[in-house]
Amino acid sequence: MKACGTVHKYGDNVDTDVIIPARYLNSSDPAELAKSCMEDIDPDFVNRVKKGDIMVANKNFGCGSSREHAPIAIKASGISCVIAETFARIFYRNAINIGLPIIECPEAAKEIEAGDTVEIDFDSGVIVDKTKGTQYQGQAFPPFMQKIIKAEGLVNYINSNYAE
Amino acid sequence: MGMTMTQKILAAHAGLETVQAGQLIMADLDLVLANDITGPVAIHEVEKLNKKTVFDKDKIALVPDHFTPNKDIKSAEHCKCVREYAKEHDITNYFEVGQMGIEHALVPEKGLIVAGDVCIGADSHTCTYGALGAFSTGVGSTDMGCGMITGQAWFKVPSAIKIELTGKLSKWVSGKDVILHIIGMIGVDGALYRSMEFAGDGVASLSMDDRFSIANMAIEAGAKNGIFPVDDQTIAYMKEHSQKEYKIFEADEDAEYDEVIKIDLSTLKPTVAFPHLPENTKTVDEAGEVTIDQVVIGSCTNGRISDLREAASVLKGRKVADGIRAIVIPATQSIYMQAIEEGLVQTFIEAGAVVSTPTCGPCLGGHMGCLAKGERAVSTTNRNFVGRMGHVESEVYLASPAVAAASAVTGKISQPSDLGL
Repeated sequence: MKACGTVHKYGDNVDTDVIIPARYLNSSDPAELAKSCMEDIDPDFVNRVKKGDIMVANKNFGCGSSREHAPIAIKASGISCVIAETFARIFYRNAINIGLPIIECPEAAKEIEAGDTVEIDFDSGVIVDKTKGTQYQGQAFPPFMQKIIKAEGLVNYINSNYAE
Repeated sequence: MGMTMTQKILAAHAGLETVQAGQLIMADLDLVLANDITGPVAIHEVEKLNKKTVFDKDKIALVPDHFTPNKDIKSAEHCKCVREYAKEHDITNYFEVGQMGIEHALVPEKGLIVAGDVCIGADSHTCTYGALGAFSTGVGSTDMGCGMITGQAWFKVPSAIKIELTGKLSKWVSGKDVILHIIGMIGVDGALYRSMEFAGDGVASLSMDDRFSIANMAIEAGAKNGIFPVDDQTIAYMKEHSQKEYKIFEADEDAEYDEVIKIDLSTLKPTVAFPHLPENTKTVDEAGEVTIDQVVIGSCTNGRISDLREAASVLKGRKVADGIRAIVIPATQSIYMQAIEEGLVQTFIEAGAVVSTPTCGPCLGGHMGCLAKGERAVSTTNRNFVGRMGHVESEVYLASPAVAAASAVTGKISQPSDLGL
């Protein structure tokens, strides 16, 4: 499985309050949430983002609240993968559980710039910056999580264990 | 190799003799929690599962506390969703407006969690219950929903930072100052993926309310959980609040820690975290002249009775400065009642503050105290991210109830000693 798209770049400690501000949490509809994604740090994001685009950020992406609305909003906005130096742990779980691919790779996160075209191979963890002609080895998921991802999220994974 | 306190609790719940950092395990859950924001998303996910029945109706807590009493029609729909699910599945621990409180104050108060338990909650501040010697961590709605059905969750066993406390806090210095100081030292990702295990002689001098505040904000350093050893105070608290059987786990003598941080509590001063990260800490002495528009005293971090007593002892016989809005929010109905009986509510109202029914409201810019463009608040809550309490150009300064109350009186960031206290 691969993703390829244009990069939207952010810094350290992108918190879930800026990914989807709490004032919009009176909805849980993905399309509705996507309309306000990144609004408080990048109001133009929703106008620029195209289906398949990639989000790249530095350390501790997704820190703060446990709101699953954050990865849901990112996924519904069209983003196909988030690359970061590190992720906050609840965001990391949530992204896997709802089927938003994420990958940790400090070098890629530091060097890739906004507007670059980037391709990611989820099976190998290889990240290619086609604009710069550089390649990085990201951290592939451990086998336990690959099972959840292959099942396209925790719900399907559990259903396969509680087959009717 | 020895295990940390967290690792021992996780091993016991995974049916394993030992576990080590990095190991993936499936653990049995003693409590699964959600609120009115994360609950509906969880319920929606659970509807897709083949198995529909909950694992144990007594081990689930549903607490509509964020946008309650319903702040608008959409929030009312969310609360209705949670209420109807609770009714349909006969959930024992559903707390309606009138019985509810802010979940992380309410759950220990109702005795739903005790030492040795494993708890997940679809709210990041679920780590609060580490104060009781439980393993407790925040998750998202899908994890919560699946936990509610299966009674299990997967975890990567964390390594730990040991925080060794010695000495005693000075007057007007509280658990909030301790945790702000720690986050200022190690940063908002200083404990990422790890446990913060508190230890040392200094623990005994911290009240349970101090410990709840400290464990509550472990997440603000990125930690998976924060946990305190169980002592006489913990046991007395559990005996007062719970019928549940507790189990005491202690870290092994030879447990391995990534890092050991030593803190002499007697050296700490009232501390404030400047916008827009909890790690931007300064002591109030170093804060300079920061004028404010609003003060919030409450939340899952600092809405407990000792927080209200501390704030009231600053506000007693004083007035909130002209033009400042001071909002006091007791965290549960029982704390609210106690505050009335002790005369604290009267003190607040006489000082010119408002006192609200329990709600998370202003902490996350939901309702009951949102900020306008350019406004500043001193707040006893836990996050000061961009736009957290309202407008994207507003500012939140995190502090203890004593500092918040003193700031309400002067209209700028202040501490009780500035008032001659």
